[in-house]
Order: sequence, then structure tokens, then C-alpha cells
Amino acid sequence: MKSNRNKIELIIVAIAAVILIVLLPALNAAGVVSNFTMSVWGKYLCYAILAISVDLLWGYTGLLSLGQSLFFALGGYMMGMHLMRMIGDLGQYKKPIPDFLVFLGWEQLPAFWVPFSSLVFSMLMVIALPAIVATGFGYLAFRSRIKGVYFSILTQALTYGAALMFFRNDMLLGGNNGFTDFKFLLGADVRAAGTQRGLFIATAIVLIAVYGFCRWLTTTKFGLVQRAVRDSETRVLFSGYAAANYKLFVFVICAIIAGVAGALYVPQVGIINPSEMQTDKSLEIIVWVAVGGRGTLLGPVVGAVVINALKSWATRAYPDLWLLMLGGLFILVVLFMPKGIVGLPAQIRGLLKRKQTPSALATDTAAATP
Amino acid sequence: MSRKQFIISAEGVNKSFDGFQAIRELTFYMDVGELRTVIGPNGAGKTTFLDLITGRTKPDEGKIDFMDAHDLTRMSEYEIYRLGIGRKFQTPTVYTDHTVHENLVLSLEGSRGVFRSLFSRLNSTERDRIEDILKTINLSAHSQRKAGALAHGQKQWLEIGMLLAQNARLLLVDEPAAGMTDEETAKTGDLLLSLAGDKHSILVIEHDMTFVRQISQGRKVTVLHQGHVLCEGPVDEVQNDERVLEVYLGRKARAA
Repeated sequence: MKSNRNKIELIIVAIAAVILIVLLPALNAAGVVSNFTMSVWGKYLCYAILAISVDLLWGYTGLLSLGQSLFFALGGYMMGMHLMRMIGDLGQYKKPIPDFLVFLGWEQLPAFWVPFSSLVFSMLMVIALPAIVATGFGYLAFRSRIKGVYFSILTQALTYGAALMFFRNDMLLGGNNGFTDFKFLLGADVRAAGTQRGLFIATAIVLIAVYGFCRWLTTTKFGLVQRAVRDSETRVLFSGYAAANYKLFVFVICAIIAGVAGALYVPQVGIINPSEMQTDKSLEIIVWVAVGGRGTLLGPVVGAVVINALKSWATRAYPDLWLLMLGGLFILVVLFMPKGIVGLPAQIRGLLKRKQTPSALATDTAAATP
Repeated sequence: MSRKQFIISAEGVNKSFDGFQAIRELTFYMDVGELRTVIGPNGAGKTTFLDLITGRTKPDEGKIDFMDAHDLTRMSEYEIYRLGIGRKFQTPTVYTDHTVHENLVLSLEGSRGVFRSLFSRLNSTERDRIEDILKTINLSAHSQRKAGALAHGQKQWLEIGMLLAQNARLLLVDEPAAGMTDEETAKTGDLLLSLAGDKHSILVIEHDMTFVRQISQGRKVTVLHQGHVLCEGPVDEVQNDERVLEVYLGRKARAA
């Protein structure tokens, strides 16, 4: 039964991979699918990658981190710095440094900006910066055995603190305006349909790869320990595992995944600013995961796409009601759909079974409570 | 005269919680290969003593050594486990959302490192080992069931199986017979008796006196009372000790 479900999931993922990596880009090139649709879906896919990282922490390890939007934004900023360098002297001020630096009175590029002219360096930083921040924070938090809601609050505080820092102009990262008006990536116009199509394909490939990696991770002994930490951390220590090391490893991996998602997001939406690392963003990801199905790998992807599609529609049709709808949906899911959207078929099957054979239910509960 | 090695030696141990003295000047020695039973009324500090050995809590004073070499009071839970000290908790503590088989995989002796866990796969010896343990604990038919769905007694057995998988040098077993049928209890006793020897030392905490009689068989039994050792000796001797009678039966003993 379980392997059967895995097979179905594998087929779904394979079909999705073909549609996203081959079919949609081909239809877009042929003019059947609009550039607008592609850009919207490109954004959804970035969110889906981010949602998987949250679920790997929350659903599989029991770490409700409200810091994933920070790592997403850090990755985005690293990519944004490269894109800002690629503007060259085509900015408003026609100077070889980014406009906001000219505005702040800088004549020359600050030293830490220099290496971001290289795409390779910037891509390394997309991975390195979230990893370093996550290692430092995670080491301290897990060594001090900070758990549960305290961990959530601490990650939220970290994110909030970082946002305040990035809002400051003297960080030399664009202050509250952040980075925008990107022009070139790899020598091509970043806003051209072809470039956007390439970014879309890259995002789809990363999404499938991240999914595959997480799928593999859950089948290893690491995956067993990870879920054991979620269910009974104290017991894990009495099985000889240094739970803190396992948590740190997951935390860093998820920070990297979020960073990569952010780096893919920024050239597609054309802007990055500190509002990306605010608390409500982190909370929104939690809702995606809960609605889609926590503790599954397909769930966060489904949740991210469904909620964001709903958001795109609702913020146009009923802009005032969107937050109420989001909150209401979250409550409904928590109360009536504990396994989220992907758990719905099993839930319905279970309900039908109980309706058909009420006596079976009685024996079920009897067996469960000996 | 060559001194026998102690698997556990505790000296002058004190531990209090919010002013309640759970362990008071406790001194306790146990030989390598011994099967020792610890009895005592509720609140005597039996479980706290296990918590102190396994690093769950730290003593206020005193030292607890393992094999005369490792000071357990300075080590964390998982470091103590890696010395070869395994514990079965009073209420069965298994990974409820994992299958029975997975519970044993998690407990199997071997590397506990993060990176090794990514690439480690069970080899055929380890697979056979798990099959053997499943047979021993009577759960072969349930190996793919979630541990949370097992009956209480089966969970107790699974946890004992996890100790077997760990191949611990010192097994700390807290009330193994609780919630078991008489037949299961007797079988648990036989299993513990068969394990005791040079490779495993066993410390059992128990209330059920029939069970204590079965496994002690003239071996030393320790009576704990208010956090320190009241007396030690074979079970018959201990049961007739006046102090023990008083502690267990209170005024009735005095009246008689």
C-alpha cells in the first residue's frame, strides 16, 4: 500500500517534471503560453522550493522555523548584488556603481561589492552566506537545547533583526528600496522572454532536484533519526545520537535550499528588498505547508502553488479580504484536514470505510487502546 | 588480593529537586557481570538513580564512575549511551511513528555520526541480527507495524529488543514487567537471566516481588529508601529485615 502510494507520487512528479521543464517552455516559445503566465508560475516554483525547505524542518524534524524567509532573502540579495553590478553605467546617474551608492555619496565601489561582478562568486555566496548564518545560529541554539516554541520565537527574532539591519542605508545594500531595475544576466537582457524562459527551466530543474534530494534523504538512516528527533528527542539522546548535530545539519541544508530559491526568485520578479525577510512572509510559508500537507514532500509544493494562485486571484478580486481568507483557510485545515490537501484522498477513503462498516470502527479503537 | 572491577560505583551522591532530597548520600557498587535488582517503595529514588547514571540529571554532589574509568556526572546522555549503557524506561518509550523494524535499526550498535547515517545501509549480518532479535522478543510478525500500534506488553518487549540491539555492557531496566501477563513476565525474567554474564551487567528496578524472586535467585538485592541504601542481601534475607518490613508495611509491622 505504501509502496503503491510512492509509485503514484513518482509518476505525478515525472509528469510534472516533463510539463515544467519541456512542455511549458516549448509552448511559451511557440507563443501559446503567455510570458505573464510563465513569470507567475516561475514565482510559484521558487516558493515551492522554499516550502519544501520549511517542511523538511517542520514536518520531518519538528523544527518550526520562522527564519526561512531570511535565508530566502539572503540568497536573493547575493544574486541581486550581481545583477546590480551587471547594470554597469546604465543607471540613472550614468556612473559605474549602483545608483543608490551614488546617492549616498560614494565615488567608488565599496570593497565587499567588488567580487560580485563575478556570477560564479555570487552563486557561491548564494549558498555560503545562508549556510554560514545557519551554522552559527543553529550551533548556538541547538547546543543550548532551545526547542519548540522558543526556537520559533528565536528564529523570528533573528529574521526581524536582520530585516531592521537591511533597512538601514549604511548597510550599503540599498536600504528599504533594496535592489531593482536589473538589466543583464550572462550578457542577455534579463527581462527578455528568452532569458525568463531559461530562468523558469532552471527553477523547475532545481525544484525537481530538491524534491529528489529530500526523497532520498528520508529513505536513509539519517531520515529515520530525523523523524525520531521530531517525535521524541529525549529518547534519541538515549539511543546515542547527538540530536543537536542532526538538527544543525538539517537546518543548514534547509537554509541553503531557501537561499537558492531566493536567488532564482530575484531575477524573475526583478526586485529584492527587506520586506522579503519580514515575519509575515515566514508565517505565510507555514500556511502553504500546512494547507498542502505537512510531513509529505508533495504537500508543500501543492500548498505553495495553490495558496499563491489563490492569492493572485483574491488580491485582485477581493483585496481587503485576502488576509481573512488566508487565516480562515489555515484554521479550516488545522481543524478538519490535518494532513492537508495531499492527505485528503486517504482521509475521504477512511471516512467512507467507517460509514460502510461502523463495527469495524469499534474494533479499530479497541485494538488501539488495549 | 586483586580488586574486582565495578561496572558502576557511586559514592556520596546527593540530589535534590526544589528542596526535596531525592537521593541522599547514596553509595552503591555493582560488579561487572552482575544482575542486581533494586527495590524500594514509591519515592525511594530508584528512577532518579537511573536518571543520574544515564546523564538525564546531574547530581548536586558525589561521583558516579563506570568501569572505574569514566566519570558519568560529566557526560551527556548520548556520550554515556556510547560507553555501552542502555536504558529501558518505566513507561515504554519507543518511537511510535516508526515501524518495529525501524526502531531496532535506530538502536542497532554502530556509528551514530551524522554523515555516516547518510550513507549507511544495513549489511546482511545486521539484517540477520534484527531478525534474531525480532524472534527473541516475539515480534517477527509485527516488524512492519508502527510501534505506536502495539499492545503495552509488546512495547515493553520492543524496548527490551532495542537494548539487545544496542548490545549494551550495562542494561538499566526500569520495571520491565509492568503491564505484562504472568506468562510474559516469566519470559522477560528468563531473557534477563540468559543475558547476565561477562558481556552484560544488568540493573533491574522492580516492584513485583514474584518477578524479583525469579530473577534474583539468591543474588544480591538492594533496597532503596528515601534516597539511600537501606540494606543489601539475598531476597529472603532482605524480606525479613526489620527495617525493610517497617518501611514497606509501616505501622502494621510495628504493631505486630
